[in-house]
Amino acid sequence: MTKSFFFEFAKRNVRLHWLRSLLAVLGIVIGVVAIASMGILGNSLVLAISDSLSSVGDSVIVTPHTGGGVMGGSTGDYISDRDLEQIRRAVAPDITIPVYSGGSRMKVGSEDTAGSIYGLDPDDIAVLLEIREGSYLRGASSAMAGARFAEENNIKVGTRITVGDKGSLRVVGILEERGMGFDINPDYGIVVEDRWFEAAYDQDGYDMVIVKVRDLNTIEDVKNAIDKQLNRRETVVDVIDTKAILETILTTFGQISTFTTAIGGISLIVAGVSILNIMMMSVTERIKEIGVLRSIGTQKKEVRSIFLYEALILGLIGGIIGGVLSFVGGYAISIVMLETTKFLFYPSSLVYILYGVTFGVVTSLLSGLYPAWKASNLNPIEA
Amino acid sequence: MIQSPETEYIIQFRDVTKIYPLPAGDVVALDSINLEILPGEFIAIMGPSGSGKSTLLNLMGCLDTPTSGDLFIKGRNAGSMNDEELTALRRDHIGFIFQQFNLLPLLSALENVQYPLILKRGTKECEERCLHVLNAMELDETLYTHKPSELSGGQQQRVAIARALVNDPEILLADEPTGNLDTKTGTAIMELLLDLNRSRNETIIMVTHDPAVARYAHRIITIVDGRIT
Ligand SMILES: Nc1ncnc2c1ncn2[C@@H]1O[C@H](COP(=O)(O)OP(=O)(O)O)[C@@H](O)[C@H]1O
Ligand SMILES: [Mg+2]
Repeated sequence: MTKSFFFEFAKRNVRLHWLRSLLAVLGIVIGVVAIASMGILGNSLVLAISDSLSSVGDSVIVTPHTGGGVMGGSTGDYISDRDLEQIRRAVAPDITIPVYSGGSRMKVGSEDTAGSIYGLDPDDIAVLLEIREGSYLRGASSAMAGARFAEENNIKVGTRITVGDKGSLRVVGILEERGMGFDINPDYGIVVEDRWFEAAYDQDGYDMVIVKVRDLNTIEDVKNAIDKQLNRRETVVDVIDTKAILETILTTFGQISTFTTAIGGISLIVAGVSILNIMMMSVTERIKEIGVLRSIGTQKKEVRSIFLYEALILGLIGGIIGGVLSFVGGYAISIVMLETTKFLFYPSSLVYILYGVTFGVVTSLLSGLYPAWKASNLNPIEA
Repeated sequence: MIQSPETEYIIQFRDVTKIYPLPAGDVVALDSINLEILPGEFIAIMGPSGSGKSTLLNLMGCLDTPTSGDLFIKGRNAGSMNDEELTALRRDHIGFIFQQFNLLPLLSALENVQYPLILKRGTKECEERCLHVLNAMELDETLYTHKPSELSGGQQQRVAIARALVNDPEILLADEPTGNLDTKTGTAIMELLLDLNRSRNETIIMVTHDPAVARYAHRIITIVDGRIT
């Protein structure tokens, strides 16, 4: 009961000096919003990236050694059938998918355009790609169009595409959008049968070999096995492990988001200093009142609690308003920057609101400590 | 704890000196004070300004401790008590009345009276006792919910006296209780104190400048330059 009386005391003082309290609360609100919205944004980014990348996080990608290039391309070097066989043997029973890739000018109807071309064994296609409309390849003169490519060139199932001087293909299916990846990127191109590609370009090897690893824990071993098998004498192929790349990227983004959140924390420190300042003002103004409290028998720790309650009230109000605003802010930022709010509702995003509010309240309490201590040690004779 | 040998005294000063150390040199506010006060006494302390009256009263009220000598309050040596014990002693056994009334500005008249009781008992079930004490101060009931800033000086001092009395203290200390009041109101307040002294056997020690006020007391102690004369 005594406690609630001290709380009432603190409440009335906060209300009496409402403008001053409002400024203190505002500082906390800004700090909480800065921390929480930075945290939410960073986490949403990480979630968004892993969402669009995780589908390819289970592959080992083998490309001809070029001293750099990851995405393959026509460098003149290819992975031979013999190398492919060696890879197959090294990674069995994981699936090995050889890929031809190139690019060409194309004609859709009478419109000129350009896009990438991937040649795949029809049996492998379903492992890598999902279809949105129509069907998988049927026959050597059929093709599937990437989602963006189809959209931009107004391609439907049944549309005919002429590839440079290599002949004409009929679109039998439109692919699901695949997003950024480390292996193939058919969103802006077409996928054809390997037989058609071989006939059209007459390459003496593959541009890329994708190994789909069933057990993600073995991905490192798979990578090493290929490396050991093919690069024994000289480096013939580059082998990358998408899981490791993915992890590196996610860690990097995680670090960036931690950093920006920490910057948000600085604004909270500023808020803390302003609370300290405001409460020191309050203590100085109330020296006489505190003296009276002490002289009529209020213990030091009871005086302290009045001021700590005051700090707590400011922190809680600021924290709660800040928490609500950061949710709204996080929602707005998500829409503007990520064009979706689904990542906002993940617990790993929402927890940043909790962090923000907690830090806000803790900062106010910490800032209230010194003024409270100062108040409790005032001389009662001052009354 | 050293017990006073003569425990019938409610307050006893033995060779008490109070020195305020200042950069410009020490100020001897009280110089070897010896003083005994019996329960139920009504004492006026008089003397020129700066003579040490308030310092003497502050020592009696455990707001400060002697630099040297022994001070016994209700038989307990104030010099050997820590801050928490002194605070509890003030809360439970001593009532203060100030020249500036010193009501708590955030609390209503009634809440000001409730405050010490809540401090002592840790409960709010005290309305009845508080109303009883306030009623005895002859204060209009409509004023109970008013804030101190909405009350006149005389009304504030009545609330302050009620606040001082609510915990049934044996000792009532008043530093110029009529100093900020007009003569008529001052007289009414003095009648209240006198009545408390008579009907409840309250020990009252009061600092005053005014000889007319001092006449209410049984005993007048005059202090000059920190010494009782
Ligand atoms: N807190 C203090 N610090 C330093 N000197 C003080 C303090 N309080 C009182 N004094 C000095 O002690 C002397 C007695 O003061 P006080 O007891 O207030 O006198 P009175 O109440 O009789 O006017 C004065 O000289 C005063 O300046
Ligand atoms: Mg004085």
